[in-house]
Amino acid sequence: MTDLKSSNPAAGPETTGHEWDGIAEFNNPLPRWWLYSLYATIVWAFGYWILYPAWPLVSDHTRGLLGYSTRASVLADVAATRTARAALGQSTLAAADLTRIAADPALLPLALATGKAAFGDNCAGCHGTAATGRTGYPNLQDDDWLWGGSLEAIAETIRVGIRSGHADARAGEMPAFGRDGLLKRDEIETVANYVLSLSGRAFAPALSLENGAALFSRNCAACHGEQGRGNPEMGAPNLTDAVWLYGASPGDVIATIQGGRKGVMPTWEGRLDAATIKSLAVYVHGLGGGR
Amino acid sequence: MTEGEAGLCAAFGLGALLCLVASAKAVDPAYGFHAGLFSLAAVAGIVAILRRYAARDPEPVPQEIGGKPNYNLGPIKVAAVASMGWGIAGFLVGCIIAFQLWAPALNLGLEYTTFGRLRPLHTSAVIFAFGGNVLIATSLYVVQRTCRARLAGDLAPWFVVLGYNLFIVVAGTGYLMGVTQSKEYAEPEWYADLWLTIVWVVYLAVFLATLAKRREPHIFVANWFYLAFIVTIAMLHVVNNLALPVSVFGSKSYPIFSGVQDALVQWWYGHNAVGFFLTAGFLAIMYYFIPKRAERPVYSYRLSIIHFWALIFMYIWAGPHHLHYTALPDWAQTLGMTFSIMLWMPSWGGMINGLMTLSGAWDKLRTDPILRLMVVSLAFYGMATFEGPMMSIKAVNALSHYTDWTIGHVHSGALGWVAYVSFGALYCLVPWLWNRREVYSLRLVEWHFWVSTLGIVLYITAMWVAGIMQGLMWRAYNDFGFLEYSFVETVEAMRPYYLVRALGGVLFLIGALIMAYNLAMTILGREANAPNPAPAAPGALVPAA
Repeated sequence: MTDLKSSNPAAGPETTGHEWDGIAEFNNPLPRWWLYSLYATIVWAFGYWILYPAWPLVSDHTRGLLGYSTRASVLADVAATRTARAALGQSTLAAADLTRIAADPALLPLALATGKAAFGDNCAGCHGTAATGRTGYPNLQDDDWLWGGSLEAIAETIRVGIRSGHADARAGEMPAFGRDGLLKRDEIETVANYVLSLSGRAFAPALSLENGAALFSRNCAACHGEQGRGNPEMGAPNLTDAVWLYGASPGDVIATIQGGRKGVMPTWEGRLDAATIKSLAVYVHGLGGGR
Repeated sequence: MTEGEAGLCAAFGLGALLCLVASAKAVDPAYGFHAGLFSLAAVAGIVAILRRYAARDPEPVPQEIGGKPNYNLGPIKVAAVASMGWGIAGFLVGCIIAFQLWAPALNLGLEYTTFGRLRPLHTSAVIFAFGGNVLIATSLYVVQRTCRARLAGDLAPWFVVLGYNLFIVVAGTGYLMGVTQSKEYAEPEWYADLWLTIVWVVYLAVFLATLAKRREPHIFVANWFYLAFIVTIAMLHVVNNLALPVSVFGSKSYPIFSGVQDALVQWWYGHNAVGFFLTAGFLAIMYYFIPKRAERPVYSYRLSIIHFWALIFMYIWAGPHHLHYTALPDWAQTLGMTFSIMLWMPSWGGMINGLMTLSGAWDKLRTDPILRLMVVSLAFYGMATFEGPMMSIKAVNALSHYTDWTIGHVHSGALGWVAYVSFGALYCLVPWLWNRREVYSLRLVEWHFWVSTLGIVLYITAMWVAGIMQGLMWRAYNDFGFLEYSFVETVEAMRPYYLVRALGGVLFLIGALIMAYNLAMTILGREANAPNPAPAAPGALVPAA
């Protein structure tokens, strides 16, 4: 310990006698509470090392008296959850018929809970947490369905996806009438005006609805139907209602006819198990618009 | 011309040429830009050396004038001004990304202003540009004053300061152009890392050589901490940045470690950047500037020894607590956690020594806002170094990890401790460097203190609430064992707190702007009518170099 050469009469304790640029140092003892707290944390650490895996050895490490391992404890938790869910009927869910699930008061709550959780983590990113969708991403709360709104149709859409690369993927073809030179600009405007007139919103009185109808019949009716009511077999939307996936303004509709539309929904087969896909179908069907 | 001048000119000449070639052969534009920048900097270095040679006395600069050390203050002045500038830039970018978290569209849809590029710009600007320049400025000042010796080296201190700031420019512009090795707090690519290594070794050499020629029998405690900071950062920087470039003419490189080894090395580096850069370095500032400003002896020499060695020994083990519940083996997680707990008291030793230094001088807190900044910094330091060990406990970490609680914790340390003790040191240092009696206005220091304290409080409380809420939402299960909330719902829930945090950041930025104005006025030599002037530290006035 350094010699105590001088003391500071004002404050009592002795200084070490050194001074640097006018700064001296007292030589106060370590605060007791500080020292004992330091000792306590060290003692606690030794205790922890004895109980838990702690120090590396040559080819192993000290295992600790409790035999604890993070991996084992996670596996135990996962197994416990599986057991609990099996008790709630999850295995029945995988095998059960969709209509039965929706009607079975014992299975329905589990299916809805599974579906809600799966929806939040896998579907909400595009369709929104409330499943109300946005431009380009269908609203799943309404009763307007591109590919059918029955339990089976919804489950199949989730399984194979749309233009997803899956072998059975759903895929319709809305051609790029303008870009590919199938229709001229004035024809596109005429047919767009006609299409919007189906829901009472013709925007250009100067354009002939008769010509529009003729153009529609030649180019659009094969998929959308003569009445424009759509066809879920081909993913062709109903054009007579107020639901517009890519926007309802004349400009939006013209853009759709001009450039076509090719929305994509991923396939979930292989990413979600059969029970989860069924549960999602039941959950989405039950949001209000299921048929 | 001295050997140093000639040698450095030759080295710069060669470097300029090599960089020019590298720039011409660059495989990506960012590398070409940086090589060109290095080349220009080398040419500027040669010009500066030649101009200095033409203007200077033929005799070497005297080590002493009239029996008193002829302190070298020029490079320190540059580092002090740089720290102010970088600080404001760093706080500003922090505010921008805070608002981006609240409203992501504020990234303007430009690649250069996305969160991913601005976030490292913010962290590097505040830690390495602001904090680093404060550490360089204060360490080069303190080591001279407490050794009673002029800084070792003639051009070397200039090389350290300007070279370090060149590194900052290369790193920052690199982030904006998308150049990153994706290691947190070690984002700069291999060529910037190599340059920093050279600068840092020179820094170490200057510091050691100054200590070696000291006129005091003992080494002052602040210098132990500075030395620990410089040595350890050198080691951490070199090991964590070991990487192989894809091409010597390209910016991309790959670390030599992979998987969990890479993660462990990264957090060994990351946590010790906190320990040795943001703690040891700034404790050094505390050990000089608080006793100096309070005009009181350091409370306990014994405590300083014990807590110094305990801190150095314990900190280096604590990194694995960043990897709880990951692929990192359990035993390493245990060591990280237990050493973090044992680190609690060694950390607090510095706080006790700083606070108790004020015994007998507590009344100065009322009248001296500069001392108050530094004392409040110690309170935040104590709080953060209690919170840190607590969050390293696995059960707590299970809740806090990956949430914004961590961000709140970091900022209570970064804003409350690092920035406040830096502000205090700058408010002391600038008048001493430019030979002024006191800062331009103590009233403005008061404003700075209160505005930024309010900012810190808003920031950390918002992040505590948001982070703990986020952690609880992540672990909420329903009766069927499913997660109650999807991830995006937890993001949505935090949005109001993000706004509060951003506003807290704005207040902190406003405080820093007040400081910059105040210090600029001080440098220009203006004097306001300070309502309650605190006496300048005796012996603080030094002859200009």
